[in-house]
Amino acid sequence: MQRIGVFICHCGTNIAATVDVKAVAEALSHEPGVVFSTDYQYMCSESGQTLMREAIREHKLTGVVVCSCSPRMHEATFRKAAEKEGLNPYMVEIANIREQVSWIHKDMKEATEKAVILGRAAIAKVHLNKPLKAGESPVTKRALVIGGGIAGIQTALDIAEAGFEVDIVEKEPTIGGKMAQIDKTFPTLDCAAYILTPKMVDVAQNEKIKIFSYSEVEAVKGFVGNFKVSIRKKARYVIEDKCTGCGLCTEKCPQKKVPNPFNMNLDTRRAIYIPFAQAVPKVAAIDADYCTMLKTGKCGVCSKICAAGAIDYQQKDEIVEREYGAIVAATGFNPLKPDKYNEYGYSTCPDVVTSLELERLMNAAGPTAGTLLRPSDKTHPHTLVFVQCVGSRCDAENEKGKPYCSKICCMYTAKHAMLIREKYPDTEVYVFYIDVRTPGKNFDEFYRRAVEQYGVHYIKGQVGKVVEENGKLKVQASDLLSGEQLHIDADMVVLATAVEPDKSARGIATMLTASMDTNDFFTEAHAKLRPVESPTAGIFLSGVCQGPKDIPETVSQASAAAAKVIGLLAKDKLTCNPCVANSDEMLCNGCSSCEKVCPYGAITYSDKEFRGPNRTTLIRRVASVNEAVCQGCGACTVACPSGAMDLKGFSNRQIMAEVDAICKM
Amino acid sequence: MSHNKNAAKVEQILRSYGVDVRKCMRCGKCTATCPAFDAMEYHPHQFIYMVERGEVDKLAASPSIWHCLSCFACMERCPRQVEPAKLIEAVRVAVVREKGQNHLKPEDVPALLDEDLPQQAITSAFRKYSK
Amino acid sequence: MQDVKEFRPKIVAFCCNWCSYAGADLAGSARLSYPADVKIIRVPCSCRVNPMFILRAFQRGADGVIMAGCHPGDCHYTSGNYFARRRMTLLFSMLDYLGIERERTRVEWISAAEGAKFSKTMNEFVDTITALGENKRLEDLRCKK
Repeated sequence: MQRIGVFICHCGTNIAATVDVKAVAEALSHEPGVVFSTDYQYMCSESGQTLMREAIREHKLTGVVVCSCSPRMHEATFRKAAEKEGLNPYMVEIANIREQVSWIHKDMKEATEKAVILGRAAIAKVHLNKPLKAGESPVTKRALVIGGGIAGIQTALDIAEAGFEVDIVEKEPTIGGKMAQIDKTFPTLDCAAYILTPKMVDVAQNEKIKIFSYSEVEAVKGFVGNFKVSIRKKARYVIEDKCTGCGLCTEKCPQKKVPNPFNMNLDTRRAIYIPFAQAVPKVAAIDADYCTMLKTGKCGVCSKICAAGAIDYQQKDEIVEREYGAIVAATGFNPLKPDKYNEYGYSTCPDVVTSLELERLMNAAGPTAGTLLRPSDKTHPHTLVFVQCVGSRCDAENEKGKPYCSKICCMYTAKHAMLIREKYPDTEVYVFYIDVRTPGKNFDEFYRRAVEQYGVHYIKGQVGKVVEENGKLKVQASDLLSGEQLHIDADMVVLATAVEPDKSARGIATMLTASMDTNDFFTEAHAKLRPVESPTAGIFLSGVCQGPKDIPETVSQASAAAAKVIGLLAKDKLTCNPCVANSDEMLCNGCSSCEKVCPYGAITYSDKEFRGPNRTTLIRRVASVNEAVCQGCGACTVACPSGAMDLKGFSNRQIMAEVDAICKM
Repeated sequence: MSHNKNAAKVEQILRSYGVDVRKCMRCGKCTATCPAFDAMEYHPHQFIYMVERGEVDKLAASPSIWHCLSCFACMERCPRQVEPAKLIEAVRVAVVREKGQNHLKPEDVPALLDEDLPQQAITSAFRKYSK
Repeated sequence: MQDVKEFRPKIVAFCCNWCSYAGADLAGSARLSYPADVKIIRVPCSCRVNPMFILRAFQRGADGVIMAGCHPGDCHYTSGNYFARRRMTLLFSMLDYLGIERERTRVEWISAAEGAKFSKTMNEFVDTITALGENKRLEDLRCKK
């Protein structure tokens, strides 16, 4: 018989206000095996833990039940405390009476009853708990960063700085991401390329960092410390080691009519291209959809002029297998395409552009060489209307938009308005806003400058529709403060479109078994206390893939993720989860059912000698579990027809005991 | 004093057409969109806010509710699915019902006509409740 | 004389540690209430739920059993919820054969971010079970002693 101690936490008033903690302690003290039962204000506090340790010592406890918050919060705390007192940590069970009781129930009687039942279930389980010992697994001292935008770049640089190897997998032919497309950055107005490209060069020159550009993650196997990843290096038809990045091919290629996604398709490039001048790696790639040679076999100009002999039309996709200890998701975002908003005329009027398109139209390396011209007739616009919150802050049932605030649009719109007014004082700039949100260092000051110093017209209200008429854009909008409906003849309309997670993120999350929210942003392990970790061990989050953020915030989060990765890679061994499967060889009939369902290949079969009747020896084929590989999902325990396979810490008997205790009431 | 002075009536109006005024984020896109803006005393975003504040009587007395063309542009464009046109329809119905009727009577129509506007709203109210 | 008591169902919820258990925590921290009749048992994965556990719960007098796991494709262990789904399909046909109302057993996919869905699902399930009334068919009366 176990000697069990029960501890009921008040959690201040979080629990005690709805659950009669004294009554719970009293009720549970009569349960079989319970030799000590008490309540305390904060069990997780130093003194609460001391109370528990003293009770373990004095009452010679062999098991502990803490009725408190979710085990996801403090199970580790209490297990550690028990361990310090010489009790096996896996003899501690938590009954969750905060998240599952006091926070969701109002009636004290009902809540107290439920708390007692949950306590009973935990006690019933502890009776069957066995001391468990955690095994160890090695750590591969290399990290993978998926995505080579500013988030991935910063994370990789920081990890490399600590002396660990890092691979960056980037699906485009160059790293740099969205930041490379941006012209200037708020709130300091420094040039994005000017601050980004040195970092890109650092990545290229760092011996610890390997870039897999134009590559995608194909499959992920393994677990924290021991991931095995297949990377697909897509055929770029240019041999990376040979190409010098001279760019001659990109000038001579006869196929000139390829839309240029780097410039938001506002101009064209050749079929063989280097995305932009500062690309890293500076290696050309052939767009197979447009290359005449690849499509018809008749051309070969690039191959003829390439002095380095780098062109290879026969190149195939290549799969590279690499091992990692940690993986960082830095998959980034795309601006929402506003083509569902017919009222704004984005699809029909070329002079209605998105903010990222405007960035290219104002960039010196963009399609207009930095002179702001209307895309339709290449004339100088005099009146510009900015529309905020396009596709952001929509109702959850709205199919066109996103329910969240995209966070960065208020600031970049202020930036655009300011830059235009500065460069072209003859323009009138209107910004239609719902709220101007500027939390951030020097952000509100920046927005006020746009209004006070640059005379941008901020109007509270929304634009209802944009119609093209005689080369002008008729904008109909409301001014809520004056109660008027405005009609503005604009030359250009700029839509501040919502940020949405990159489309590839969903597939990557599935491969990483990392969870996502309903908007396809990666979920963090704890919204406040573990914001850069995924709930899946060994997976970390960097940048906008976790939620909308601006560059300073992205960089801080990227460095934070790197710190977490470094902390993991610095360890030589990881303590495994001891709650793993275990096969009873006497019951195992060697049917292989368990082996087939194991997602980790942790189960192996071997012939073993057993003593048979009349001093004979039998050789039987039985399963055994590799405890370092088993992750403890329990799939095999249910598949096993003979009941030989069981899961430590969640055994059949333990779960049934919980079921019984809950149904007893 | 409660923010909403007319809770029971408002509740009834909202429930009759399933509109939730608390979803409104006051962006004014409905008013920006409204083709009948110039004819109206109160504008779509004000309808929403007035109902939220319980000022239904003021709204019901205003000719603005009969100026709504029921074109549903505001419903189509509202980012928060507040559905202003439905709410206006709900107020119109409440007005009609308050008179003990369940539809507009032909003799009431001339008083509501406005020569400068298409008469969709009146026609729709008339058609809908004349069965 | 026996008291006529309001029927309060006994409901056992098996929740995957990585998704729906966290979803329940989220429902808790957002104070999204659901009836106290639901009692949660934490399992490492929905594939750990042996159909035997569900039968045991019914045998011991549970009126409804709900199993919640990660959305298909999002299993923490890659494939566990697919096994769970198949096993539950088999269990359903067995329960049909035994004449147990289909509505008493439910499988739901609730992620760690879906606190609201957790609360909504539990509320609906309790309503369904309350409407169905007490589970008598599978209950082992000897357990009542």
